[in-house]
Amino acid sequence: MTTLAEKFGRDDWTRFTLRQRMTRYGVIFGCALAIAWALTSIEVIWAWVWGAPEQIGDLFGRMYPPDPTNLETILKVLWDTVNIATFATTFAVLLSLPVAYIAAQNTTPNRATLWLGRLILVTSRSVNTIIWALLFVAIFGPGVVAGILAIMFRSIGFVGKLLGEAIEEIDRRPVEALEATGASRFKVIAYAIVPQVMPTFWAVSILRWDINLRESTVLGLVGAGGIGIILQGAIDTFNWPEVATILIAIIVLVIIGEVISAYLRRRIL
Amino acid sequence: MLKITDLVKRYGSGDPVLKNLDLTIEGESVVSIIGSSGAGKSTLLRCINRLVEPTSGSINLNGTELTSLRGKNLRAARRKIGMVFQGFNLVDRLTVMENVQSGRLGYISTWSAVTRRYPKADIRRAYELMERVGIAQYANTRADQLSGGERQRVGVVRALMQDPDILLADEPTASLDPKTSEQIMGLLRDLAGELKLPVLINIHNVTEAKEYTDRIVGMRYGRIIFDDVPAKLDQEAMDQIYAGSPHADRAKDGAAA
Amino acid sequence: MSAPRDTWKKPPFIANPLLRWAVILGAVAYFGWVGLTMPIDWNRVSEGLGRAGRIFSGAFPPSFERSGLLIDGFLESLKIAILATAGGVLLSIPIAFMSARNVAPKPIFYLGRAIIIVARSFHPVIVAILFVKAVGFGPFAGVLTLIVYSVGFVAKMLAERIEEIDFGQVEAMRAAGAPYFSTLTYAIFPQIMPRQIGLTIYQLDSNLRASAVVGIVGAGGIGATLANAFGRYDYDFALAITMVIVGVILVSEAISGVIRKRIQ
Repeated sequence: MTTLAEKFGRDDWTRFTLRQRMTRYGVIFGCALAIAWALTSIEVIWAWVWGAPEQIGDLFGRMYPPDPTNLETILKVLWDTVNIATFATTFAVLLSLPVAYIAAQNTTPNRATLWLGRLILVTSRSVNTIIWALLFVAIFGPGVVAGILAIMFRSIGFVGKLLGEAIEEIDRRPVEALEATGASRFKVIAYAIVPQVMPTFWAVSILRWDINLRESTVLGLVGAGGIGIILQGAIDTFNWPEVATILIAIIVLVIIGEVISAYLRRRIL
Repeated sequence: MLKITDLVKRYGSGDPVLKNLDLTIEGESVVSIIGSSGAGKSTLLRCINRLVEPTSGSINLNGTELTSLRGKNLRAARRKIGMVFQGFNLVDRLTVMENVQSGRLGYISTWSAVTRRYPKADIRRAYELMERVGIAQYANTRADQLSGGERQRVGVVRALMQDPDILLADEPTASLDPKTSEQIMGLLRDLAGELKLPVLINIHNVTEAKEYTDRIVGMRYGRIIFDDVPAKLDQEAMDQIYAGSPHADRAKDGAAA
Repeated sequence: MSAPRDTWKKPPFIANPLLRWAVILGAVAYFGWVGLTMPIDWNRVSEGLGRAGRIFSGAFPPSFERSGLLIDGFLESLKIAILATAGGVLLSIPIAFMSARNVAPKPIFYLGRAIIIVARSFHPVIVAILFVKAVGFGPFAGVLTLIVYSVGFVAKMLAERIEEIDFGQVEAMRAAGAPYFSTLTYAIFPQIMPRQIGLTIYQLDSNLRASAVVGIVGAGGIGATLANAFGRYDYDFALAITMVIVGVILVSEAISGVIRKRIQ
């Protein structure tokens, strides 16, 4: 009796065919090449790189122990930060409703509005909050207004895109049923479309609020209000113990935000 | 009276789905339309309330020519045509009352629609009808929590809230189990009698069609090939309606042309 | 049943009336009070419109005159993104194993989770500003920042994937007497590899976006070029840079989307 292996003259086995192996090697080689290119051409002073662990250790060493003398101011500014995030999220969510409506293929009035909607979404989404903040600080001067506007402009694209997709994915049949009752366009939207996108609306709003809480902590670094301003101040004056307190405050804020948004999600959905 | 003359519906450039169809429905009769899938039953129904745009021909309901209506006039005409759907087509996340009142959307103001302040008469009517079909206790329940039979009852009440001149039902029982299905058919027949309302029902189940309707229209590939009382629907007629395939018909039409 | 009723009210969103009114009044009070007490300098804001006009008229048409600077800045961003992705992904594999509940011992699990939480809580810009202080201005601070940023995301997602793996395969390997690392390569890696590759591509894309931002606080790349242009009121150059950033982000998003779809 011959074994199967003898019968087919095979006693070797490889995981991949030659072609598959070649593609894999190609991809790995390409990645290695990209990394090598980046490593050799990036403008860094390598002596600094080797000294980096020591420097970073030193920095953290100087942060200890955290200095809570300015805690009251820190908490006050932290509250401003929360307000920036909350106000900006609220405005952005309201403004994103009409944008989502014209950016969804099945509700947009015509092709021109569809492209207008998409243009708004893409512009808003591709420009980072910090870049928006630079612009608004230049226009309205340093402060809360620039911060709120920056976060708003970034959030409209995010919320609008997800809402628009939710509108495109609704069940068409109730819409058909209400059209058959002779209801006007507006009433069909209010009764057949709005209820279907409500869960997404809340989920996206909460998610974006959580993200905005994080984003609003850095606005101050470019002058747009919130905790970032005193963080920048503490760093510039080399007051590392206070920097540590601010960083801890930010972590606590972000974790509280996450807990609240998780709770709201569970309650509402 | 609903009078359909020479109705043609063609999707794109293909063969017509409805071919020069004539149909008249008078009085308060319950009429069922039978035929295999693809015979054009659903298209016919949807042409009547213009969810589907007819290619040519005329549809006249109580003196109003439906095929030429646009905008406001079309909506006013649709108010008078109730429709019950195979998939119920309820808004799942709204309460039963809101679903039922959505049948009145063509009548009430936008303000009362959005704020859910419905006219007293409408609420009374809704409770009466819900009581009649046995779903009044669910007024505040969300539609997605009901069983299939209950959901279809909501669908029927919604259509009746429109105070329609005619009721269209597109496979109203196809998503239901046999027992519930018979209850819904019985309900449609009884309500038609009580409200003096003509009802046009697309249906797959021939036994139910025979039992619950006064007149059967048999369709085959876009044409009406049988139109008589249920007693006249014998085996031969059944074979004609259900035998063959649209494809075979298409070949024959081609040869004839 | 009694005679049909003629009133109906939609059941309220929050059934408990006390809680409902508390939520409504709380929201009104919050928005009213905070809205009125926000530290806003309205005079300064009202000057903004004129200023906006000047900025926008200064920004049009966008100037690509110094495109050499633009390309250099952009290539530096790309290098930062590549190195940070490579470093971050390598580093996140052990951290992911540390923070997966089903493979790590309890104390190590908590340590891993703590690393992830810290890495995720800080916006990359804050991390960047600290690294700039520690290791000086330039792309190296950017690479370090984005390594932290990548660990926060990739390690978290990967740890979740590891927690979902089919443990039967691990048991089968152990039953066959395989040592620890063979078990890892045969039973766990094949299960997490597709996710890992998808995450890597996604992270490269998002590092490229983030590298444009961390430069604003001095961590190298196109962001530094943009911040400089803004600082010198070169709004036409700033607009050109922003347009290029947006274009590159759209292209890289499309490419990463296509590749991830191919792989699955």
